[in-house]
Amino acid sequence: MATMASPLKKSRLNHHWRWFANHLASVLAVLATILVIAPLVAIFIDLVYKGASSLNWNFFTRLPAPVGEPGGGMANAIVGSAVLLGLASLIGIPIGIAAGIYLSEYGRGTRLSNLVRFTADVLNGVPSIVMGIAVYALIVVPTKTFSAMAGGTALGIMMIPTVARTSEEMLLMVPHSIREAALGLGVPTWRSVLSITLKTAMPGVITGCMLAFARVAGETAPLLFTALGNDFWSTRLNQPIEALPLQIYVYALGPYDEWHRLAWAGSLVLIVLIVVSVALVRYVTSRGVLKGAS
Amino acid sequence: MGVGIEVNGLNAWYGTNHTLLDITLHIPANEATALIGPSGCGKSTFVRCLNRMHETNPIAKVTGEVKVGGVDIYNDTTAVEVRRRIGMVFQRPNPFPTMSIYDNVASGLKLNGYRNRRVLDEVVQRSLQNAALWDEVKDDLKKKSGASLSGGQQQRLCIARALAVDPEVLLMDEPASALDPVSTAKIEDLIFQLKSQYTIVIVTHNMQQAARVAERTGFFLNGRLIEFDSTHKIFTNPSDKRTEDYITGRFG
Amino acid sequence: MADSTFRWLMLLCALSIFGIVALIATELVTHCDITLKKFGLKFFLGSAWNPVNNDFGALPFVCGTLVSSLISLILAVPLAVGVAIFLTEMCPRALRGALSFLTELLAAIPSVVYGLWAIFVLVPLLRGYVDPVLIKLLGWTGFFTQPDFGIGMFAAGVILAIMILPIISSLTREVMTAVPHTQREAVLALGATRWEMIRMGVLRNARIGIVGSIILGLGRALGETMAVAMVIGSSPTITKSLLAPAATMASVIANEFAEASDDTYRSALIEIGLALFIVTIIVNMFARLLVWAVTRGAPARAT
Repeated sequence: MATMASPLKKSRLNHHWRWFANHLASVLAVLATILVIAPLVAIFIDLVYKGASSLNWNFFTRLPAPVGEPGGGMANAIVGSAVLLGLASLIGIPIGIAAGIYLSEYGRGTRLSNLVRFTADVLNGVPSIVMGIAVYALIVVPTKTFSAMAGGTALGIMMIPTVARTSEEMLLMVPHSIREAALGLGVPTWRSVLSITLKTAMPGVITGCMLAFARVAGETAPLLFTALGNDFWSTRLNQPIEALPLQIYVYALGPYDEWHRLAWAGSLVLIVLIVVSVALVRYVTSRGVLKGAS
Repeated sequence: MGVGIEVNGLNAWYGTNHTLLDITLHIPANEATALIGPSGCGKSTFVRCLNRMHETNPIAKVTGEVKVGGVDIYNDTTAVEVRRRIGMVFQRPNPFPTMSIYDNVASGLKLNGYRNRRVLDEVVQRSLQNAALWDEVKDDLKKKSGASLSGGQQQRLCIARALAVDPEVLLMDEPASALDPVSTAKIEDLIFQLKSQYTIVIVTHNMQQAARVAERTGFFLNGRLIEFDSTHKIFTNPSDKRTEDYITGRFG
Repeated sequence: MADSTFRWLMLLCALSIFGIVALIATELVTHCDITLKKFGLKFFLGSAWNPVNNDFGALPFVCGTLVSSLISLILAVPLAVGVAIFLTEMCPRALRGALSFLTELLAAIPSVVYGLWAIFVLVPLLRGYVDPVLIKLLGWTGFFTQPDFGIGMFAAGVILAIMILPIISSLTREVMTAVPHTQREAVLALGATRWEMIRMGVLRNARIGIVGSIILGLGRALGETMAVAMVIGSSPTITKSLLAPAATMASVIANEFAEASDDTYRSALIEIGLALFIVTIIVNMFARLLVWAVTRGAPARAT
């Protein structure tokens, strides 16, 4: 049995260095956190400060005024965004939820569903401008016109992977006992999936859709050459259409102060929409408000 | 050499849960002391109070006095220093998976600033020998990762790692409960040999194990220390009825 | 009967994910055939971008993308890892929820809003306070020289850093939380300070996943369009000074596509888009695999 003559002498220098390193690490970590939160706080303050003052009745109801003149609004952009997002939701939400249903109810654990999930995650990382080009080639070129249809399609396709993943996550949280209870009643599978499993997971699925919705609501790049933008009222699907983020982009780069103020106001509207969605999603997923997922 | 441990009026809480009530005892140096009792009786919490691991839980609280080798570990020194001088081996072996066997054993030394190759080599070898693992791994010291060993070997690796920093006390929280009987026997032999150099406190739910390795045994129940005496007495002629009930298997 | 139809329908929708990838790939490839044939792969090595005489070389944009992404990584990674360490290991529980909500919000802000803020707040700040210091201290390297208009490569790098911070940070937190508590205890029991415990017990075990999250951040930086397009200055040139205007692959498409008058011009831009598509897919795949390796396929957030 080897006995231990202790080689450990207490080195005072090393001892002090270790405590110094420990404190330094804490300070740096706190500093990093402050540096990260600071731009966020700054952005929010600027948005409210610069944007709130322009949020008046005119903003929500008027068209942009002739170049640079005050009193105009972003009404057409708001309506345009609504049209585009409506179209996008029509495409993205059903297909996305259906894909999520497959991943959770039929393909769970299979190679295929792992591949689908992986691909969806990778797709989420593809720049949205690439999606815009693809839809440009797919729809704008053959129809020889920029259109709301094209813009909505681009946004809708972008929603599919996100909605699929969040729906799958929410459906997975539904306890097995509920599915078994339905099957035990002799309900056909498709019925049970829709009326029972999906219904139980609905609050979570809806908030997942809201998250995807909020995300594409702020997307500009895919609209640059699909919806293009429109200075006038237009809700026709086969014509170019305005959108809030598009208008913000144009106004931000423009030379007029009036345009800049409108850009801030429009951004504030967008941000409020997004903050509400993020907060809602957090609330639903953290509090387990999902019925039956106790 | 090992040192003795004096515990006076130790109380511990997890949040509002009063897990240890007024524990007072003296653990002699260079002996193995076993702590037995049913699940949830507080023996693990007690042992974690001895090296200030209990307080790593944010809702944990401790009052009372613990003196190791005459030093009040809560008031006269830092937690870091306490943990270096009081080593711990956990229930499930937890070697560092990203490090080789050599680096696992040397990790504590490197933390304390020892970089000299020869010193490290020497200490690693001695620790592995003391942990009865040297012969099995001496050829693969730097090639194999700590996690690639068998369960019993991993636990002995953890013991070697704890020994490398030259502690005075070694705390073992059910060290063999996740191991097979052969490995368990090896660990028990180890404890026998380590006693001469360290003070050992071993938590176990295996009474035969306590009887085999420990000079003294303490029986915990519901957060209290019911009886603390020589192992022989506890198992043949306990003073408290509750101890006797536990020993004879009437509960727990 | 209804059951199998339903199942097929759901399967079809799941397969649509692959369909989307295929769609993008085919549309991009078929519509850049003009420049593919004309320039071949030398397209990405040529540094002349001349729409007027149909001479297209994408090198300035490739450089721009790489340099801006590099700047953003250099700035973002230490901060993101620092925040992750703070939130996972040091933060008092009461604050944790609020702070992580805030970092999540950072991820949700649209690119165009970042761009707006960058133009009117960040750039003046940089031009007024930061750039002069950089020119003074580091001007000798040639990377920070006059003229400085505020907008340019450096500004783009900074706003990119702010944008990729949340994704690196939240994924780093995920892999750090996935490290078992027993590893932390093992290090502490040896007599380690808290930082040593974090270094040896957590970061060391999570390092593969952390690398994965950094690469994911890189993937986002490579493709980020609007904010970059708004502050990089849109100059299809390669300049040594980081304070000079430049352009990235994504920004040139955003800025020039609508005005691209003839087929060759558009084809060139689409080819850049194709390259962007391929690169971001590869980078994202690699990153996701690394993160998956550490968290073992626990549902990764769809960020």
